[in-house]
Amino acid sequence: MSLLTLDNVARVYSTRRGLFGGSVAVRAVDGISLTVEAGRTLGIVGESGCGKSTTGRIALGLERPSEGSVTFDGAAMPAPGTAAWRAMRQQMQLVFQDPLGAMDRRLTIAAQVEEPLIIHNIGSKSERADRVARLLEDVGLRPDQAARHPHELSGGQRQRAVLARALATDPKLLVCDEPVSALDVSIQAQVVNMLTDLQEARGIAMVFISHDLKVVRQVSHSVAVMYLGRIVEQGDPEALFADPVHPYTRALVSAIPVPGPRRIPRIVLTGDPPNPADRPSGCAFHPRCPVAVAACRQSVPQLETMPDGRQVACHLTASSTRMAAE
Amino acid sequence: MSGGAASVADPLVHLRNLEVSFNGVPALRGVDLSVAAGEAVGLVGESGSGKSVTWLAALGLLPATARVSGSVTLAGAELLAAPSATLDRVRGGRIAMIFQDPASALNPVQRVGRQVVEALRLHRGMDGAAARAEARRLFELVGIPDAGRRLDVYPHEMSGGQNQRVMIAMALAGEPELLVADEPTTALDATIQAQILDLLRRLQSEMGMALVLISHDLGVVADMCSRVCVMYAGRIVEQAPSDRLFAQPAHPYTQGLLAALPDMVGPRRRLAAIPGAVPEPWNLPPGCAFAPRCAQATQACTVPPDFRTIEPDHVAACVHAHAVEKVFA
Repeated sequence: MSLLTLDNVARVYSTRRGLFGGSVAVRAVDGISLTVEAGRTLGIVGESGCGKSTTGRIALGLERPSEGSVTFDGAAMPAPGTAAWRAMRQQMQLVFQDPLGAMDRRLTIAAQVEEPLIIHNIGSKSERADRVARLLEDVGLRPDQAARHPHELSGGQRQRAVLARALATDPKLLVCDEPVSALDVSIQAQVVNMLTDLQEARGIAMVFISHDLKVVRQVSHSVAVMYLGRIVEQGDPEALFADPVHPYTRALVSAIPVPGPRRIPRIVLTGDPPNPADRPSGCAFHPRCPVAVAACRQSVPQLETMPDGRQVACHLTASSTRMAAE
Repeated sequence: MSGGAASVADPLVHLRNLEVSFNGVPALRGVDLSVAAGEAVGLVGESGSGKSVTWLAALGLLPATARVSGSVTLAGAELLAAPSATLDRVRGGRIAMIFQDPASALNPVQRVGRQVVEALRLHRGMDGAAARAEARRLFELVGIPDAGRRLDVYPHEMSGGQNQRVMIAMALAGEPELLVADEPTTALDATIQAQILDLLRRLQSEMGMALVLISHDLGVVADMCSRVCVMYAGRIVEQAPSDRLFAQPAHPYTQGLLAALPDMVGPRRRLAAIPGAVPEPWNLPPGCAFAPRCAQATQACTVPPDFRTIEPDHVAACVHAHAVEKVFA
């Protein structure tokens, strides 16, 4: 049984169009189904506004889905703010991109790592101190850094401290939203290695949200590519990035600047990422898609399973696999 | 250090032993760099390595608290001690610069077309209908759809990618011989980054303009530039043609940076992270600044390394660079 299941989840916000305009429903996330297995990592990639962060917040129960359901560890997600939800939150933690913004600048690192233990009433004062020391050691911080304040640490060290705090309650699930995007390359590699080591040692499941395909490929056991609130392609990271099928995934993969010769010719998409409040008809990607046909403007393609097990939502691949089957 | 860096024969811009310090803390410790006309040079390094400071110092854009020494010449004429009237003609004219965040570099309360027209008036003395027509031509050149009408919108009405195109149009207004692009795509989405890099590549070859691309992303630089300089703690540590730098890096720091990048193909391997962190500028180790993080460091690294020539156009500031080279050969 999966640790976390999102079943056909949608999140609708209402926003005003202009100063006097009527309200418009914006479907930030639109019919997403995902599963995360215990001890495994699901990567979510996509551009800004594609709904990847909203998906992460729904997975943690920070937002209630407008449609669909979320199941964590065999039970339905309780409503945010309730006692049941607070108890469940011990099992799942969130790590953001900006560690300085996620920390209290006036508290020492040790006090911040201890805070979740106090909130969830775990251990006596001396037990908590032992646990904090062990956590800091696990994330590679020195004992003397426990008494430091956030501004006295480097960006990489701060992200380690944030991780120590997230791990304090021994969670089963960690949602990481762009956890290494603000870090320099050499430090990014340190934190990525640490995340995979911690997962191995503690068996934590992760949802890893990032726009950096290289890092997502490195840490994930499965990957979902999102475009405008929907999953367009999902599957094994090595297969998906080596041979992307959906035209959007193909463009994303081809756009990664790599040192050395490139394997897929670069596909430069025209146009801007679309506005969720002004969703194109049919397949949301069709105005930028280099291979769109008439059907793409009319109906929304559904995710279909390909022979190699991956799922793709594209009219063109769907019809070609149907033809191959016939 | 002079004479160590690979230099081009008749450089358009030549930096010699450029040093910058803020309140006695060194930010740049002797940079030698030359850019030939029409050439694309990449500058890579982590935050604080001095890649942006190099060009802000060269163009006299640092605050008065910065102490700058050395020499910066544009086609033989010295810029560092030049009067501000001379600099005003150079900046935005012969040398233009674009930055990471276009929204904060544009005036939010002025229509974008007017901002481009202002640059045209300052650097090319154009006015009225002629300036507007030229602004429209520049908008078309940088691929802004519906250019005529887009001249009259405000920056907030455009996306990040479109704002960066406006910045590039403004930079081109002075018909620069050199465009310095400081992390021009870092704030943009992947598909938009590809568009902007494509545009810069096209403009560079069509207009014969030299390009200095500052980036933390080795991939972006490899894609765009014929020659790459790697910076660490205020110095250039390695300089080579890009194909060679990525195939046969000689400096342990460059090797470390490449090994720390996740692959996009092949089996996944554990990343080879560089241990430790970049040293604080007020607490630099004696000798080679990278030595405390370097697996190959020896006693010899406690004195500042000179550039070693590995190939005629490939230099590295590492006493072990020759030994390293043998491993690759």
